[in-house]
Amino acid sequence: MSYSRRDFLLHSTLASASLLMPRFLKAFNPIGNSFLPAGNKTLVVIQMSGGNDGLNTVIPYRNDDYYRLRPSLAIQKADALTLNDELGFNPVMKAMKSLYDNGSMTIINNVGYPNPDRSHFRSMDIWQTASDADKYLQTGWIGRYLDNECSGCAGYSAIEADDTLSLTMKGQNRKGMAISDPKRLHQDTQRKLLRDISADYSSSQHGNSTVDYLYKTQAETISSADYIYDKYNNYHSTTDYPKGDFGKNLKNIAELIISGIDTRVYYVSIGSFDTHVGQKGRQEKLLQTLSDGLGAFVNDLKQNDRFKDVLVMTFSEFGRRVQENGSSGTDHGTANNMFLLSGSLTKPGIYNESANLADLDEGDLKYHIDFRSIYATVLNRWLGANDAGILGAQFDHVNVF
Amino acid sequence: MPGLASNYYMVSNQKKIQHLYLRAGFILSPADIAAMAKMDIKEVVKKLFNDSQADTPLQSAKIMSTMPDLKDMTADEKKQYIQEQGREVKDLNMEWVNQMVSTNEVLREKMTLFWHGHFACRSQLSVFDQAMNNGIRQNALGKFSDMLAHISKSPAMLQFLNNQQNRKKSPNENFAREVMELFTMGRGNYTEDDIKNAARAFTGWRFNKQGEFEFHAEQHDDVSKLFLGKSGNYNGDDILNIILEQPATAKFIVKKLYRYFVNDEIDEEKCDFLASKFQTDYDLGKLMYSIFVSDWFYDEKNIGTRIKSPIELIVNLQRAIPLQLNNPQAPLYVEKVLGQVLFQPPNVAGWPGGKDWIDSSSLMFRVSLPGFIFNNTITDVKPKENPDDAERKMMAREEMQEPQIPKKQASLSVTPDWTTYINGFKDVNDENLYSAISEYLIQSPSPQFKEETISKYISKDTRESFIKSLTVSLMSVPEYQMC
Repeated sequence: MSYSRRDFLLHSTLASASLLMPRFLKAFNPIGNSFLPAGNKTLVVIQMSGGNDGLNTVIPYRNDDYYRLRPSLAIQKADALTLNDELGFNPVMKAMKSLYDNGSMTIINNVGYPNPDRSHFRSMDIWQTASDADKYLQTGWIGRYLDNECSGCAGYSAIEADDTLSLTMKGQNRKGMAISDPKRLHQDTQRKLLRDISADYSSSQHGNSTVDYLYKTQAETISSADYIYDKYNNYHSTTDYPKGDFGKNLKNIAELIISGIDTRVYYVSIGSFDTHVGQKGRQEKLLQTLSDGLGAFVNDLKQNDRFKDVLVMTFSEFGRRVQENGSSGTDHGTANNMFLLSGSLTKPGIYNESANLADLDEGDLKYHIDFRSIYATVLNRWLGANDAGILGAQFDHVNVF
Repeated sequence: MPGLASNYYMVSNQKKIQHLYLRAGFILSPADIAAMAKMDIKEVVKKLFNDSQADTPLQSAKIMSTMPDLKDMTADEKKQYIQEQGREVKDLNMEWVNQMVSTNEVLREKMTLFWHGHFACRSQLSVFDQAMNNGIRQNALGKFSDMLAHISKSPAMLQFLNNQQNRKKSPNENFAREVMELFTMGRGNYTEDDIKNAARAFTGWRFNKQGEFEFHAEQHDDVSKLFLGKSGNYNGDDILNIILEQPATAKFIVKKLYRYFVNDEIDEEKCDFLASKFQTDYDLGKLMYSIFVSDWFYDEKNIGTRIKSPIELIVNLQRAIPLQLNNPQAPLYVEKVLGQVLFQPPNVAGWPGGKDWIDSSSLMFRVSLPGFIFNNTITDVKPKENPDDAERKMMAREEMQEPQIPKKQASLSVTPDWTTYINGFKDVNDENLYSAISEYLIQSPSPQFKEETISKYISKDTRESFIKSLTVSLMSVPEYQMC
C-alpha cells in the first residue's frame, strides 16, 4: 500500500491525537505477534555529526529545482544509484544500495521538528534530548529509556562506541556506558587499587548518597567490563570493515551483538558532515565509509542470523540548505532523511514523498515528520517501551515494521 | 535562624575552613591550612571576602575597534581570522583556568564560575565572551540587578539569544523567554503572553559594529504592553525591573545558589528566609556572606557531598600541589573529556552538574587522572570533537581528519612541586601523617574505603615517598571527587 503525502499527513504528525485515537489503537498493536519479547531486540543508533546533506545522499534526480539550485554540486542522473523513478543514492553508496534492493532498508524523508535551530550544538541537543525547540532537557532519550524501562538493568544495557558518553545516553538515574574497546576497558579496570577500593564498598553498607552513586558506578563499570570481556571472546568477526574509527566501532558492535551480550541499545557516531567548503570529496568519503560499514555490519549479522533482531537508525542534527553556497559547499539547513535498516522491516523502501523543492521555508526544506515520531515508533514497537512516558508526549507512530 | 546544628562541634575547625574554601573558592594549600587552622571560622569568612575585593579581568582576547565582517574578507583573510578566533577562545579558556589556579580572589572567581554556568552563552567572538565574563566578575559580589542588566545588554547574549533579530515588525522571543525561564523566575511564574509582550519591550536592543550595546528606537515597539499583570509602554529595562520585583526571582536565584554552594537538596525554610532578605536589595555579597557565616553551612550533612565539576577538579589539583604542566593545553583536554569546556556550555541552561558529571567513562577517567598526571602514564582517551571546532577547521580549509587529539596531548605529564606540598605537613609527626593527609584531601566525614586498603599502596621507604604515594592513592578514591 502506498501513502500519498496527504494521506500520510492525515495519519501522522499534523492530525490531532484525539482524532487519531481509535485508528491509533487499531493500527499500532505494541509488540505485535511477529515480535519477540522485549529485550531480544537491539537498536543501533548512528549519529551523523555535523549536519549531513540529505539531498546529495538521496538524490532527487528528476527534480529541475535540484539541478537549478545546485549547479556545481548536483549529482547527475546517470551517476545516481537508482532507487525508484525519482530518487537515487549517491554513487559511493553501493553497499547501501544493495541493502535497499534486498528489502533491508526504509528511507524516511523530510524528518525534522518545528522551529528548527541551525546551530550544531542546539540542534544536536534537541535531537539527543528529544525536546521541543524552545525547551531544555538535561537527559537524553535513550537515558530516559534506561530510567523508565530498565531501572534494574546492568550498566551495559546501552553502550556508546566511544571514549566519552553522549547526552543521548544519560538519564536521571541510569546512564549508558561509553566503551570504544572492550579489551581496553577490561585493562583499565584491572588496577588493583581500583578493585580493592571497590571491594571495600561492597563489604560496607550501601546508602543513597552521592558518594554511593560514585561507588555504584565504579562497581558496575568493573563488573560490566568483566562480563563483556568474558562474553566478547565468543565471536570474532572476519568481515572487512572500512578503516578508521567508524568501521572499528561498527565491528565492535557486531561482535558484541553476536557474542550474545544483553545490550538493548548501541550508539555510534560518524562525522564531520559539516560541508561548508568543498563538499563533494568530504561528504562522499564519509558516505562511502557509512555505506561500506553498514554493508559489512549487516553481512556480519546475517551470517549469524541476527539481522532480524537488529534495527539500525541513522540521523543527523540537520540537513543542509537546498541552494549551494559560493564555496562548493552547503550551509546549515533543516529537514533531512533518516534510514532504518533491519531484517524485520515490513515496509522496506521509500516510506514517504521526497522533499518538495518548490515549497521551501526561506530556502530550507519543510519537515513533514517529527523526528520524535520515529523515536516513539522505535521505542514502542522495537524496544517495547512506553514511548509517551519517555518522550513526554504521545507522538504518532510511523508504520515501518 | 535556628540554633546550632547538633553536630556543630563535631566538625573540626580545619574541616570547616576546608569546606568554606572548597565551596566558596578553591582548596587551600596544606601550608595555608596549617597557618589558618586556629582561626575562628567567621574571621576566615571575612578574610575570604577581603581577598576578593580586588577584581582581575581576563584580557587575552584582542579588543577590536570594529567587528570584522566575513563578507568583506578575501579567502586568505577569512582563513586567518577564523584560525585566530579558534586560538583566542582556547587562550581565553586557559587564561581563566590559570587565573583560578593562581588568584587570591578565589571567592570572586568561584562566583564568576557559578554565573558563567547560569548565564550560559556561546558567542561567535572571543572578545564578546571576554567582555561578558568580565562583566560577570565585576558584579559577582555586587548587585544581581546590575549583573542582569549587564548580561541583557552584552553583545554575546544579544547574539546568542537572537535579540539582534528582535524587531518591532517581527519579534523574536528567544531572549525574552530565556531571561524569565532560566535567568530569573523559572517556569510556572509567567504566561506565553508575558513572553510575547516582554519580547516586544526588548525590540531594538542591539549591538553595533564596535561591539557596544545600542538602542534602535526605529525597531522598538512603542505601544503599551501588558506584562505580569501590569501595563505600560515598557522598554527592556522596565521589564527587567518588573521581573526583579517578583518574589519568584529572588527565590529562584537563592535556590540555585544554595544548590551550588550548600547542598543539592534544598532546605525550603532556609531558602525562603534568605530570599526574603535578598529581594530587598539583590546584594549578592551580602547574601553569600550570610550563608557562609551561618552555622548550618558547616553542618556535617553539607560537607563533602558535592561532586567537583571538571573545572573544580582541575583547579583544586593544581592548587593543592603546584604543577608545571608539560603540555599547557592539558587542562583543555581534561575539560573536553569530562564535559565542561569553559565558554562552551551545552546550551543556555548551562551544565546540569551533580550526578550528571559522572558516568562510567568519566568516573574511570577521574579516578585514573592522578595516575596519568603523577605516574606519567599515557591516556589514549579521545574526547568528542566539538562541532564548532570542526566547522572552524572546515572554514579555514584545513584538511579534514578523523577527529583525534594530537599524540602529545595524550600525555598529561607534569613537573610537580612536591617540596612545597610536603613542607605543608612539616609540623605533622610521622604517625599522624595518614590522618593529616586524608583529612586534607577527603572531605567526606565517613569515607567508605578502609585505611588498611590504602596502606597496601603506600610506600614506606621515606617520609617523602610516603606522602607522595598516599596523596596519589587518596586522589584515586571516589571520595576525592567530592567537595
